[in-house]
Amino acid sequence: MLRYIIWRIAVMIPTLLIISALVFTIIELPPGDYFDSYIAELRAQGESVDSERIQSLRKEYGFDKPPVLRYFYWVGGMLQGDFGYSFEYELPVRDVIGDRMWLTILVSFVTIIFTWIIAFPIGMYSATHQYSWGDYGLTLLGLLGLAIPNFMLALILMYFANIWFGTSIGHLMDQKYLSQPMSWDKAKSILEHIWIPVVIIGTGGTASMIRRLRANLLDELHKQYVTTARAKGLGPFRTLIKYPLRMSLNFFISDIGSILPAIISGAEITAIVLSLETTGPMLIKALQSQDMYLAGSFLMFLAFLTVIGVLISDLALALLDPRIRLQGGSTK
Amino acid sequence: MNAGHIGMVSSTDLLRIEGLGISFAIIGGPIRAVKHASLRVLPGKVTALVGESGSGKSVISQAVMGILPHTAHIHGRILFSDPAKPGTTVDILRMPRDGREIRTLRGSRIGKIFQEPMTSLSPLHTIGNQVSEVLQIHTDEPAAERKARTEEMLGLVGFPDPKRAYDMYPFELSGGMRQRAMIAMALICRPALLIADEPTTALDVTIQAQILQLLRELQAKLNMAMLLITHDLGVVANIADEVVVIYHGEIMEAGPVEAIFRRPGHPYLKGLMAAVPHFDLKPGERLAAIREVPVNVENLLGKRKAAQSKSPEVLLSVRDLTKTFTTRKSDWLGKEHKTVIRAVDGVSFDIKRGECLGLVGESGCGKTTVSKILMRAVTSDGGSVVLKDEAGSIDVLSAEGAALHHLRTKIQMVFQDPVSSLSPRMTVQNILSEPLEIHGRGDARSRLATVKNLMQAIGLDQRSIKRYPHSFSGGQRQRIGIARALALRPDLLICDEPVSALDVSVQAQILNLLKDLQKELGLTYLFISHNLAVVDYMADRIAVMCRGRIVELAPREILLRKPIHPYTRSLVAAVPFPDLDRPMDFKMLNLSGATNTRAWGPQFRDEGEDDALTPLDLGGGHIVLARKTSDIRDLRPC
Repeated sequence: MLRYIIWRIAVMIPTLLIISALVFTIIELPPGDYFDSYIAELRAQGESVDSERIQSLRKEYGFDKPPVLRYFYWVGGMLQGDFGYSFEYELPVRDVIGDRMWLTILVSFVTIIFTWIIAFPIGMYSATHQYSWGDYGLTLLGLLGLAIPNFMLALILMYFANIWFGTSIGHLMDQKYLSQPMSWDKAKSILEHIWIPVVIIGTGGTASMIRRLRANLLDELHKQYVTTARAKGLGPFRTLIKYPLRMSLNFFISDIGSILPAIISGAEITAIVLSLETTGPMLIKALQSQDMYLAGSFLMFLAFLTVIGVLISDLALALLDPRIRLQGGSTK
Repeated sequence: MNAGHIGMVSSTDLLRIEGLGISFAIIGGPIRAVKHASLRVLPGKVTALVGESGSGKSVISQAVMGILPHTAHIHGRILFSDPAKPGTTVDILRMPRDGREIRTLRGSRIGKIFQEPMTSLSPLHTIGNQVSEVLQIHTDEPAAERKARTEEMLGLVGFPDPKRAYDMYPFELSGGMRQRAMIAMALICRPALLIADEPTTALDVTIQAQILQLLRELQAKLNMAMLLITHDLGVVANIADEVVVIYHGEIMEAGPVEAIFRRPGHPYLKGLMAAVPHFDLKPGERLAAIREVPVNVENLLGKRKAAQSKSPEVLLSVRDLTKTFTTRKSDWLGKEHKTVIRAVDGVSFDIKRGECLGLVGESGCGKTTVSKILMRAVTSDGGSVVLKDEAGSIDVLSAEGAALHHLRTKIQMVFQDPVSSLSPRMTVQNILSEPLEIHGRGDARSRLATVKNLMQAIGLDQRSIKRYPHSFSGGQRQRIGIARALALRPDLLICDEPVSALDVSVQAQILNLLKDLQKELGLTYLFISHNLAVVDYMADRIAVMCRGRIVELAPREILLRKPIHPYTRSLVAAVPFPDLDRPMDFKMLNLSGATNTRAWGPQFRDEGEDDALTPLDLGGGHIVLARKTSDIRDLRPC
């Protein structure tokens, strides 16, 4: 098992290297670079272009070198904590992202917790009361949550918040705290704002999780070992928690790997609508303007989260399921 | 509990079911699973509830525990008189569903063991956790006390190392050991009544004998009553005091075991008894299937030359077949433990044209691996298999391309599970004509004609040609499986436990069908089964496999009447007879235990050396695996 963990962590290194190569290639794929789109933008606005300045900038940032070399510069820089330079903002990428990274992680984390807290009781109720009115009602609500796009929900909530409370619910905190260091007031302000994006982003995930938990639990509820537990005299609720629920957790844990990047990338449009200070809107903008180091860093960040998530879910599965822990590696 | 106390309560019934009716509400009207059933269980006695699948016997047992599904409607009375509280009788059906009242009975006063030891235990919790949970629910004992009592109980049901077993997971145990864990779980609170729902059906015959012995011992020791649900009359004869026969939800006959077995009254019971294969069948005697299937192969035979005229030559010759599997297991520090399992170890036999060779052994002995090697589904590590046909001989293990394609038409297989061996998305016509299409036999019209002839041969109505497998019963599905295997007119049919999943009456029907087809079509069978009585009925010669090796091979009369190898003898001893005058010889079983090779005579043991054992020919085609140096006379049991 220990060897398994070490091996899994070791395997992450080549995985991330391959992903970085892919990310770099994809960013390089569109014709031209940031400066080309910069020139085009200037021309479109009718301004003159100082082509010598552009050439010197190109040279300074190594854009005259072959792509392979630039790739190694980029990867080497990332290993030392230097993510490159954002042309759009004319700042190092690290400073541009700054707080946004932590705010994104915070929003995602709270959203996941919110999803679980809501989805678990409802999924359990739906499975144990299959085809009851409660099941149908919750299923309907869940389907609504699945079907309504997040940004739409965001717009609706914003509208009603404005009409009923007369407040704007955009942003993650009061604007005056934006570039300030962390303080109690800032934390309070974040907490006041965070529930709205969490509810909006979490709705879709909650609905689909309820559906899957219900389906998995229904499969398990008819298994023989549940009858065994009942025949022991175990109460219905404790039976449910100890046996079928535990069995149906496997799907859910193997899902952690994909849940992190899905929430972060899926929440971008919502983030734009609500003007959240997360990384999503910035990524979209960076991709549009071919601000390659910024975009590449974001994509690498997503990839890293995915790889970490998969690692966590694999280890959690092995811990939770003795069959995986004790039988792993046996071949026939 | 003192003796006088027992005497007092034994005058009343422990469990009394009166006018029980159970129906299930489904679309299209209710299904009446049980109709006005009445039966009783006496304290400290065993009542056997006998019936085929779908007869409602399991539903009754669920009703007693109050664990029927929501859709069930129940009326009648189930009266339980707990000997621990003399004079009080409760009606289980009046208790609220899953309420506190019924829950204090479950597990504590009424225990239950189920048919499938593989699925009855949670795979995620240790044995100790699941067994001691019963104590946690029903007693206030501290955790250390619970653990001690659980380990004591695990020892009582036969775990050699209860402390270790406590922390093991079900998937680390064999089926027999899991069933023992189930028994421990059901009995740990010393219930007054144990409901055993087909407790040994999923187990090997020697394990079945061990479990039956264990149940009987514990039942006497703990003075508990038992409601035994089974379809196996052999089990009933060995363990029951009273018998209740149920058919289509109605009680046909009930009474003491003596009366039922000596003077069966109801025609159904008589039919059931005649349908069980047993060792006393004379050569050529037929089982009386309750619903016989007429075999009609005239049309199928039309294009086939009669095979019977051929002299008995060797059709398939297997020599020194070996196959090893390697399992790797790594512990927490990453150390790998490699275990090499010799699934098939130097197996040699011949099958003559037109004969039926029986291959007997317990699960895990390698018999299915042999059949898979013959079908080329598993690649062997060594040895040779030669199939002889009109055109010459085919090397089965190395045939490739066109030769392999040709070989596929020569050997076909009938599988154990009639449900999963037929695709649910194909009609009978598709299923039966698929082999013909693969091998490019004929055009669409001639294929349809062949399919119809096949259906006729297995006694299925030709009108059901467009139906899907789910609309057939288990026996009918198995017949479709046989027809599919016959479609290419193979020389050799490998039947891998073809009747193990079927009811007794259907089993007789399928066995008779296979026998008739063999006679009419001149087929050769390799008949694999764990059930000695079935193999005895089918086979001309029988090979016994144990741990990948054939330990004894002989004509059936000799193998069953005068077995020499201790393993064969324990197998024969473990078969429960549906005959009161021949109770199982538990002493014999323990002496030559199947799993305990140390109990075998020194002449049969290899003591860890390779090549110490060799097949010795005793004459008359009787071959026994023993030490090279041993004298043939020494082998005969005294």
